[in-house]
Amino acid sequence: MTAAKITARDVSVYYGEKQALESVSIDIATEHVTAFIGPSGCGKSTFLRCFNRMNDTIIGARCTGRIELDGEDIYGAEMDVVQLRARVGMVFQKPNPFPKSIYENVAYGPRIHGLAMDKTELDRIVELALTRAGLWDEVKDRLSESGTSLSGGQQQRLCIARAIAVDPEVILMDEPCSALDPIATAKIEDLINQLRGRYAIVIVTHNMQQAARVSQRTAFFHLGKLIEFGETSELFTNPRAEKTKDYITGRYG
Amino acid sequence: MTEHTVRAFDQDIRALRALIADMGGRAEAAVNGAMDALVTQDHERALAIVGGDQKIDALEAEVEKLVVRIIALRAPMADDLREVIAALKIAGTLERIGDYAKSVAKRVPKLSGGQRFEALALFPAMTTVVVEMVHDVLDAFIARDADKAVDVWKRDKTVDDFHNSIFRALLTFMMENPQSIGSAAHLLFIAKNLERVGDHATNIAEMVYYAATGTNLGERERGNGTATA
Repeated sequence: MTAAKITARDVSVYYGEKQALESVSIDIATEHVTAFIGPSGCGKSTFLRCFNRMNDTIIGARCTGRIELDGEDIYGAEMDVVQLRARVGMVFQKPNPFPKSIYENVAYGPRIHGLAMDKTELDRIVELALTRAGLWDEVKDRLSESGTSLSGGQQQRLCIARAIAVDPEVILMDEPCSALDPIATAKIEDLINQLRGRYAIVIVTHNMQQAARVSQRTAFFHLGKLIEFGETSELFTNPRAEKTKDYITGRYG
Repeated sequence: MTEHTVRAFDQDIRALRALIADMGGRAEAAVNGAMDALVTQDHERALAIVGGDQKIDALEAEVEKLVVRIIALRAPMADDLREVIAALKIAGTLERIGDYAKSVAKRVPKLSGGQRFEALALFPAMTTVVVEMVHDVLDAFIARDADKAVDVWKRDKTVDDFHNSIFRALLTFMMENPQSIGSAAHLLFIAKNLERVGDHATNIAEMVYYAATGTNLGERERGNGTATA
């Protein structure tokens, strides 16, 4: 067993009075893509957003328990949230490029984090990020065009390039393909596979086939509880928990 | 068992089970009928069984088609996936059992020499055991009953014992009556066919066990007492 990148212990999340997540513990490793599945309202996105403290922005939300990134408490007093979000990048359901050029979309992060000494280095970072996101060949001749001029699938890969550009350790993806067509989805899935091992990737998806295709570990959530977490191939062929079985076989009801 | 949210999926699963039950019923009837035809020297019945095998083959093709359709359209998971794959393999195995029945039936006219073999008395009893195995293992499949599958799996020993007894009896008989060697050789093949039906029922028991539990029943310890010529 390899060392965990993220270690979550007894994590509970409340939105006001309502408990959205109940005492969840999990280890996320870099070598695996980890998928979170479960019906709407099961807490999977809530849990994902704890990893880079996105829930902090929601009024009334509070998180208990402990989440460590490389052994460091991410809710600790000395944790810089801006730094944290550079280390733990995020890709959302709807592609949300800045209304700026393709180049600027990717260059923005490295620039504000001071990752490039000069223009040449910044160019190299932008190219590398776009290449890793599988977008370079499609956009290299139109870097000054607006990011929003790209197709939905390209925009989503641009957002992945933007996340990669700041050299994160973890990439969180919240339903990254739900607004995309099957071909754009396949490209993102292929990309996730390419990025595996370089970054710890956690993906929330409603599409169980997608979880089965892209992940090596799957966690099933139900009503705020982590029901089952294990090898994807095992979970989809021989789930241990009855609830998991009912959900993945389509008997949930 | 809870129904699927998409009810058409349940219909597909029921249709698949019905096809397997139909195949199994026909395979059982064929093995029983072939033995009846042998014992009563009913050549017409034997011919009917040879002809009836086509229907079993056709049902296997239907199972294949339905399984491919279910996998393509429903993307089954977990126990559903295991059941669908098991159904595909069981259909192939039942088709083989049908072939063995056909092979027995084809030998019926070759045994009309009027010789009385003492060993022949063992054949109907052996047939009853193997046919019950096929019947029970398919019940286990449809009920997803792992315990029942294990029960069938254990019965294979009885079949092997029958085969060994028949083998020895026929060997002795052939040594004492060399003119009977032709007929006795046919009976040896028939006994072997029945023994193979038992093996196949045992294989189905393993498939059923896996479909029901997700774990393997384990490599069966093959009895080294099975007679080999």
